[in-house]
Amino acid sequence: MRVVVVGAGPAGMAAARTAADAGAEVTVVDSEPEAGGQYLRGRARLRHPGVTHLKNTEAWLVEDRTLHLRGPRQLPFDALVIATGAYDRPLPFPGWDGPGVITAGAAQTLAKQGVVLGRRVIVSGTGPFLLPVAAALQDLGATLVGVYEANSPAGWLREGKAVAANRHKITELARYRKVVRHLRTRTAVIAKHGDRVTVAKLDDQWRPVGHRTEHADLVCTGHGFLPRTDLVPEAERTHDFLNVDARQRTSVPGVYAAGEVTGIGGADLAEAEGVVAGAAAAGREPPRAALEAVRRGRLFAEALGRVHAVRPGWRTWLTRETTVCRCEQVQLADLGDATTMRELKLTSRVAMGRCQGRICARNAAELTGVPFDGQRRVVAVPIPLGELADLTEETS
Amino acid sequence: MNPDVVVVGAGIIGAACAQALRARGLDVLVLDRHGPASGTSASGEGNVLVSDKGPGPELDLARASRELWPQLAGDAEWEEKGGLVVATTGDAAEPLTAFADGQRAAGVDARAITVDEALSLEPHLNPDITAAVHYPQDAQLNPVKATRNLLRGIPVRRAEVSTTDGRSVTTDDGVVSCGAVVNATGPWAGRFGVNVLPRRGVVLVTTPIPGAIRHKVYDADYVGAVASGDADLQTSGVVESTKAGTVLIGSSRQRKGFDEKIESKVLKALARRAIALFPMLAGVPVMRAYGGFRPYAPDHLPIIGEDPRTPGLWHATGHEGAGVGLAPATGLLLAQLLTGETPLVDPHPFRVDRQEVPV
Repeated sequence: MRVVVVGAGPAGMAAARTAADAGAEVTVVDSEPEAGGQYLRGRARLRHPGVTHLKNTEAWLVEDRTLHLRGPRQLPFDALVIATGAYDRPLPFPGWDGPGVITAGAAQTLAKQGVVLGRRVIVSGTGPFLLPVAAALQDLGATLVGVYEANSPAGWLREGKAVAANRHKITELARYRKVVRHLRTRTAVIAKHGDRVTVAKLDDQWRPVGHRTEHADLVCTGHGFLPRTDLVPEAERTHDFLNVDARQRTSVPGVYAAGEVTGIGGADLAEAEGVVAGAAAAGREPPRAALEAVRRGRLFAEALGRVHAVRPGWRTWLTRETTVCRCEQVQLADLGDATTMRELKLTSRVAMGRCQGRICARNAAELTGVPFDGQRRVVAVPIPLGELADLTEETS
Repeated sequence: MNPDVVVVGAGIIGAACAQALRARGLDVLVLDRHGPASGTSASGEGNVLVSDKGPGPELDLARASRELWPQLAGDAEWEEKGGLVVATTGDAAEPLTAFADGQRAAGVDARAITVDEALSLEPHLNPDITAAVHYPQDAQLNPVKATRNLLRGIPVRRAEVSTTDGRSVTTDDGVVSCGAVVNATGPWAGRFGVNVLPRRGVVLVTTPIPGAIRHKVYDADYVGAVASGDADLQTSGVVESTKAGTVLIGSSRQRKGFDEKIESKVLKALARRAIALFPMLAGVPVMRAYGGFRPYAPDHLPIIGEDPRTPGLWHATGHEGAGVGLAPATGLLLAQLLTGETPLVDPHPFRVDRQEVPV
């Protein structure tokens, strides 16, 4: 049994170990120099009997039962586990494309290398993920001007079942006590010009109801996450996250998915999903404890999705001149009146540049009311023509 | 009020038909299950070519369209970039120049040039080419913008048409009565009684390298691949850049129904063909690939005219990979036939009741 896992974060590592323990011959493919993914960056080790770890390796196409890697190289599999995670969704506002605005995820990655790009820092967005980012920046000596949560935590009061099943999550938040005093809810950065930052109080739909000016040289934003689903463009999905069954199977035969690529619920849920996917991929019955952890974790993930959803009022933060697509320099006024995503792209060039819409496509769809067609890209990462020309013909 | 004509399909052909009918004072309603240019029209390169057609009815239609496009394109990024067709083997040189001679006799501006002249037009071109012909008339536009421009002022409604009797269409949103119906559904035209099938094509798009490639450059064997009816994968090197600096690489042809899967063997073949034309492309990354379906008729000629079995039902389809290049003259010809005007070209070769077309 050949199991290939893409991604070496909590989900991918758990899937690899579980599948190897079940007797499968496991290969983990990951684009980073070390295992751990975004969450365990620099703190993880993936040395396990039966697991081969291909570092610094990018996968670009799944074709039947073969994974195509850069090189070019082909990896045949009996089962594939997609554990490619998710990345921040930045919402555009005047100045978001200028200096001193980065995603919370990028800020966290830099912080893990001991780097902060500013002295006076604001973290703005929605979701509990903002707190560890703020804490990491503060630990490195940055002055925390504010931590702005656009939603209201009162939403959690309606999520008793999810909270009761995941009490440890609440305990975790206690770790961030020292940044919680900077936390303002129903608040967001809605513009930045130089170091003048417009901070607005929001209504429950994120429409500004009043604003003030703060001074900060770095704004870190994160308005939820977008899953990295490029390798399985044909897989069924909900709000872009991959649909999986109780065995973590996607709609594509032989392909499983685990972790944030199926929904945002934190590292422990990702790890439990990895255990289930790894066992199922190796042809074993998943351990009951992991199935139970997935069930509990999903309650939390669903509640998280409800309480920290992006509300439509963000669309009022933009002016006609606000950049929507950074790669192709497309402004709000350029988007026009298209009715399909393809028409939108080919008339405005939004999502046609280097990022291929990974940053902007969802935002452009919501700004125009065009139905979002998901992240259906055939080539998951850029690949030189010379490499394509060198592909071997046989794909077993 | 009922429209005079319902055009089914808001692609470049449906839009051109609607525009020409509207210009004759007819009330036109366009129906499409998705929206303007959401199928084949947006899946190609937006080429308006005379270079790939030998003397005959399709070339006549292409030349007439080439005359009409500059006035119709509006802001659709019309660019008279010119085509450069090259032979890459010794054996291919003589047939290419002979083909160009025939085109010249039929009125095409086809200029046989030396390899050195070709290299001055395209400095990155493989110097090992054996012959080259420059076609200054070849042009390109943005097919989505062009479709929208043609449809300006014409109502477009989202609806899926299931059947028609030539005097009405039945949609998922009710029945629309009308004087005539135009089937401009491209590769999906077969559901209205004509033998049109999809022929798959894939295009690779590189990261931007502005200014590196200036013309539409293709291997002379492309013409043979277009004319072939073979079901197996056929590829030919076709390379050009867009205004954004990205390079579009085609072309592939495969008959396998509406299968949307993109295969690595197609990507590989396209990459090899492109590098054979421009060796420097080996180091340029592909950032996306897209595919589409060309509507092809058994004899590779468009189908334009009234269906003798169903009076009131008109067809405008079967343009294969040349729909953008043939659209204005197709729309005009259909409108002229429908209103009883003198047609701009002989409509006989495009008639519906030719061999193997009616089903």
